[in-house]
Amino acid sequence: MTNDDFLRELHDPDIPVPEGMTSAIAVTSFGKLLNAIYNWGRRNSIWPMSFGLACCAIEMIATASSRFDQARFGMEVLRASPRQADLMIVSGTVTKKMVVPIVRLYNQMAEPKYVLAMGACAIGGGPFKEGYNVVSGIDKYVPVDVYVPGCPPTPQALLHGFMILQKKIDGQSLGNPNSTPWYGRGPSDPVPVPILGPDIIDPRQAHILRRQAEATQAAPDVAEAGDDAEAQV
Amino acid sequence: MTEQVPTVETASATDSALSLLEEKFKNAVRRDDREGYDGLIVDPAKLVEVAAAVRDELGYDYLASAQAVDYLGAGDHLEMVYNLYRTTGGPGLALRAQTPRDTATLPSLVSVWPGADFQEREAWDLMGIRFEGHPNLQRILMWEGFHGHPLRKDWKEAYYEQDQKPFDSRWPDGNVWRSEEHNAYGKNVVYPEGFTLDGYEPVAEDAFYDEANLGVDIRPSDLDTDRIVVSLGPQHPSTHGVFRMIVTLNGETIERLQPVMGYLHRNHDKIGERNTFLQNMPFTDRLDYFCSLSNNFGYAVAVEKLMALGKRWEPPTYRAEVIRVLMAELTRILNHLVAIGFMLNDMGAYFTPLMYAIVERELILDFFEAVTGSRMMCNYFRFGGVAMDLPAQMHSTANLLNERVREFDTMQYLRELINERLPRAIDQTDDLLTTNEILTNRSIGVGVLTREQAIAHSAAGPVLRASGVPYDVRRADPYSIYPDLEFDVAVRDHGDIYDRYLVRVDEMRESVRILKQVLRLLGETEGQPFFSGRGGIYSPRVPAGEAYGRVENPKGELGFFVVSDGGQNPWRYHVRAPSFINLTALETMCKGHKVADVVTILGSIDIVLGELDR
Repeated sequence: MTNDDFLRELHDPDIPVPEGMTSAIAVTSFGKLLNAIYNWGRRNSIWPMSFGLACCAIEMIATASSRFDQARFGMEVLRASPRQADLMIVSGTVTKKMVVPIVRLYNQMAEPKYVLAMGACAIGGGPFKEGYNVVSGIDKYVPVDVYVPGCPPTPQALLHGFMILQKKIDGQSLGNPNSTPWYGRGPSDPVPVPILGPDIIDPRQAHILRRQAEATQAAPDVAEAGDDAEAQV
Repeated sequence: MTEQVPTVETASATDSALSLLEEKFKNAVRRDDREGYDGLIVDPAKLVEVAAAVRDELGYDYLASAQAVDYLGAGDHLEMVYNLYRTTGGPGLALRAQTPRDTATLPSLVSVWPGADFQEREAWDLMGIRFEGHPNLQRILMWEGFHGHPLRKDWKEAYYEQDQKPFDSRWPDGNVWRSEEHNAYGKNVVYPEGFTLDGYEPVAEDAFYDEANLGVDIRPSDLDTDRIVVSLGPQHPSTHGVFRMIVTLNGETIERLQPVMGYLHRNHDKIGERNTFLQNMPFTDRLDYFCSLSNNFGYAVAVEKLMALGKRWEPPTYRAEVIRVLMAELTRILNHLVAIGFMLNDMGAYFTPLMYAIVERELILDFFEAVTGSRMMCNYFRFGGVAMDLPAQMHSTANLLNERVREFDTMQYLRELINERLPRAIDQTDDLLTTNEILTNRSIGVGVLTREQAIAHSAAGPVLRASGVPYDVRRADPYSIYPDLEFDVAVRDHGDIYDRYLVRVDEMRESVRILKQVLRLLGETEGQPFFSGRGGIYSPRVPAGEAYGRVENPKGELGFFVVSDGGQNPWRYHVRAPSFINLTALETMCKGHKVADVVTILGSIDIVLGELDR
């Protein structure tokens, strides 16, 4: 965004500004100004977590290196610790074994936090969807802000994803508690960590598990009753 | 290239082995006389003795690959196949041991070949064969407590539809099918009947920690140090992805190291059995995602070996082989540059050497993109050739020689890349790093793997050659046009990190030497066919049988073990991944070193997780 665009967007159209001064002056409300500065700062200093999963991670590294240079977005500071990161790039296939640490890492990130699902696997399982150890999409476990399709997405596509994320940040307003929940009362609820049982178990689905178990228990009862009925006949 | 020759050689190798072993073990060894199969079937009770004799008396000292096959409906037994080779070169020998599906027990061969360790654990995990005498028979790719052994033919995954593709639900009408909508949980999960969370205790990871005495244990010594257990990974900047190590430290010294893997286990084997032969080609791209083209090469070699058993088979054309070698050697340079970059990353030169490597990588990728249409996932090889010829013109955003920026004549681009740009980049790497004090101090004498250990642990590629074993599949068991090409096998003697680095630099130089010859051959074969199949039909007719095809990948010997029952789909598809098997020796290399060295030792092995976990 150029300086002119920034001022034009900030300016309140109801208040007249002398001709020829439009590129230098913007009159606006305090709230709008605060939002603009707040988001401008955040959108240009997103620190991604350096966290590669699979093939897409290599394109993520290529994006960070000289030809594509994600430093232009203020994103060159890759942090290894989730506590210092704003953005989790889920770059690759999420397996059932790996989703447990991923959910933990997500819970450890400080708000405001964003998730970018990079590549077909992270979006929906991709070519490995039918695999017994593959999670069909990270959004089954943690909320995702931006999806970047491709297998793997080219660095250009990932850069486009970053721009979409910046747009999303621009749309968040301090005046609207729904779009900035991290200023709400108390900490946000962590995502329940999945359990590695006979298969991966999402604790949020415990009720479905119980219902299914009851259904299978009920089914043999019916069969037995049928046998009894036959025996009586 | 005639594919028949090695088969005959292998058969004679099997014959001579059989005559020797029959004398010694009488009825315990017999020839495998199934159509399309080769090798010896050994009585499980005598397996260890026979294996020791094969190693010591016949000289098959190198266990390349060990994998299990489930012959459900065709004998109803599980079969463990050991592919053995001599480190002096020559054709291989396949040992087999069969066991019934319900008892599924075989003696462990870890005592004969320590390199069987992880491979037997994998066979236990995925196929459910219990190995008696194995030192640590735990699941390796899945977690403890997972239900069933997924590679058994009667085991079905949550999104199971049919045994073989194309699925009726989608083909030929092109229907949309969302597997989530057919699952009660909307996810890729299936539980045993009647399973609930009430009172369920997941199998914890205590096993890793209990043995290692979690907690503080102060010992009387010169300097009092605590004994602690640290879990490195799976999210750790130095593990090259999602690899995990549980290390027991005494102070800062490594006492024990247990690799934990499977965090990127994407079920290549199971999906590969559902796919048709050709459908597996794009999946091989995603194994070692730095070297997709040489992975294609390995799979093509394996399936072509199998197809050579049939009648209607024409070997790849000469131009196809030239293009294949071009791609494989460019990939090798790309991989080694990046591997050195990552290794320096692990030593603390955060990102700078890697940035230099990635500049060159982008130039090579521009060429791959122009030829195959994709930067990384090239899916370019076909059985009998390659998918398309080199284009006459290509685009690149590269600025090779400060002249052109976008439009290139492809051959001109290649000439400039191979004759000037890449040698310069390799020299630059050499100049900046080889005598660098930080690199030499951190790497000389660290992570030593002796010659004997390297062979016993089935190490491959630069790890094996840095330990003084001049074993390169391109020379030891030649494929494609490598016998016609002039190059030397890079080898060093000390087996430490520094020598692994030097082997990589030497190999890049040899690759440039090969590429220069390939450039000449490309010019000579211009306009010749690049595919031997008729009418451009890529889907092959693969006769029943078994083949183990291998190529020298940048990371080591990449093998594909393919079993066909004569149908459209492979009966068994197994990948012998160099990254996976090279890690067998990781603990040996790390013991006694400091915790900071573990990271560099891992970097020097050059692993890639897509291939490690498959």
